[in-house]
Amino acid sequence: MTGTLIYACVGAVLFVCGVTGLILLPHLLRKVLAFNIMGSGIFLMLVGLGQHDNISDPIPQAMVLTGIVVAVAATALALAFVRRLFYLTGKAQSVANLKSLDQTEEKLITMERNKEGDASK
Amino acid sequence: MSDPIPWLILLPLLWGLLSFLLGARRGDQVAVVCLVIQLALVALLVGQVVSEGRQYYAVGGWGAPLGINLHVDGLASVMLLLTHVVILPLGIYARYYFSHDVKGVGYFWPMLGFMSAAINTLFMSDDIFNIYVTIELLGLAAVGLVGIAGNTESILAAIRYLLVTLLGSGVYLAGVALIYGSYGSVSLTVLEPLIENEVSVAVFLAAILMLVGLLLKTALFPFHFWLPSAHGGALTPVSALLSALVIKASFYLILRMWLGVYAPLATIPTAQLLGGLGAVAILWGSVMAFNQTRLKMLIAYSTVAQIGYFFLLFPLITEVGSGAAEIAMQGGVIQLVAHALAKAAMFAASGVMILSMGKDNIALLSGISSRLPLTLFTFALAGVTLMGLPPTGGFIAKWLMVSSAVISGQWIWVVVMILGGLLSAGYVFKVLRQALLPAAAEMKFRPVNPPLEWPAFLLAFMSLSLSFVSGNVLNILGAG
Repeated sequence: MTGTLIYACVGAVLFVCGVTGLILLPHLLRKVLAFNIMGSGIFLMLVGLGQHDNISDPIPQAMVLTGIVVAVAATALALAFVRRLFYLTGKAQSVANLKSLDQTEEKLITMERNKEGDASK
Repeated sequence: MSDPIPWLILLPLLWGLLSFLLGARRGDQVAVVCLVIQLALVALLVGQVVSEGRQYYAVGGWGAPLGINLHVDGLASVMLLLTHVVILPLGIYARYYFSHDVKGVGYFWPMLGFMSAAINTLFMSDDIFNIYVTIELLGLAAVGLVGIAGNTESILAAIRYLLVTLLGSGVYLAGVALIYGSYGSVSLTVLEPLIENEVSVAVFLAAILMLVGLLLKTALFPFHFWLPSAHGGALTPVSALLSALVIKASFYLILRMWLGVYAPLATIPTAQLLGGLGAVAILWGSVMAFNQTRLKMLIAYSTVAQIGYFFLLFPLITEVGSGAAEIAMQGGVIQLVAHALAKAAMFAASGVMILSMGKDNIALLSGISSRLPLTLFTFALAGVTLMGLPPTGGFIAKWLMVSSAVISGQWIWVVVMILGGLLSAGYVFKVLRQALLPAAAEMKFRPVNPPLEWPAFLLAFMSLSLSFVSGNVLNILGAG
């Protein structure tokens, strides 16, 4: 196994960790972190697989730079939404099970309506 | 401005920023004027494609393999034209919609500009990494649009949608890494002959990763779980944009790669699997739509069902006679166009009704037929297109797809399509029946701004008259 392939394999492991976390972790902040780990894994794969005979290829590096910009923008948007949700409900959780997710959403929405009702009184 | 291709990307970016600086009051005027200019540019571009064939543009003068190529062929022309024909009436609709004192107007126009730029670039992209950037931009703009209302419901829907769209494009990018590692190029034009010669394990894995990533974004059953909350929970102009256009973008990519770069991997079992998932989506989505109590959720589940029809295309174009495949392709594209127009009209009409009722509930619709006859007529016209009854565009699409299935002897898909038509009649008539009942005594309808009703009607009318111009659409598809 060459040095570059090790990078790609580590990248693949990180990618799988990130995807697993993104799907399974309930806390939204952890999901955002998992997304970043997934992204880093992919970037390692891009750079690692792009190298041949230990000569680095500039094109995947340019791609990774673009990818980092996109990931930063996505993380910022995600954090803004999580903050807004925390402000509205006091929680930053999502629920793994879909049925209970719908129920939680309904509960949160009724909570918010009640709050608005109290405020207007 | 001799070449319209770069302006279709730069102009929406510019007016997106400008409308943010000008604020909601004057930003909408800039946006609508620029959308008209964009429509003219697209018409010019489509004219060039029809008369001269495929159009290319090398960004910054650096073509592939070093730089980025943009190209516009027949399918891309149809999608670009469709996007602008849908987005302009929805823009006008949104102007009047926000005059009803709805929250979130400040971010709508900039987000719309970014969405328009992303979707235009996506249709014209010719390399898999550029496509990654555009699907990510489109996803972020769409998520932002879902969240602009800023209440708990829309924020929860936006977060769920954001996580799904990030996962989808991440998985897609992993596929891009494998392809680049194998061939040292990301240009579709360069890759196509290379993949035809040999298919390694890495390429096979890459194809699966890219397909799964795009399926997540297209919301094919069983990846549809995020769609109803995002499309049903957003503001109405946003719901219409998402259902009519955004899901079509990732479907377009799957279709292009299926026919182009991954054609050697497009085998009958994979096609049957996609068709089967499509069939389940039609049945499940229709039944779920029928069970909804909220009007917008009903329409959102109807989108889940209609996505199924698009995927019935794959078994009909894979390893069948070239005649059957061509007919199926024409039917599939007409179905894309018809659904975009009808679904935009349906959401827009439902938005008018909800503004008038003050609440999103199908049970409260009684009596709306006398208050908003034009809007109800719009809803019914769009419904007729979704059912696929003559003389609508939906009928032409289903007719072509059914004929193709009969020619290639795949009877099972004929049964699915006819059953799906009946089921969609079920949920459309559920709404119409309630709307035609006499009004309850205590129900008070609010007045709506009359111009709000016309863009929706225009969209529904276009979906109806699509059958008369479908020949022209197919001409554009066949060019280049």
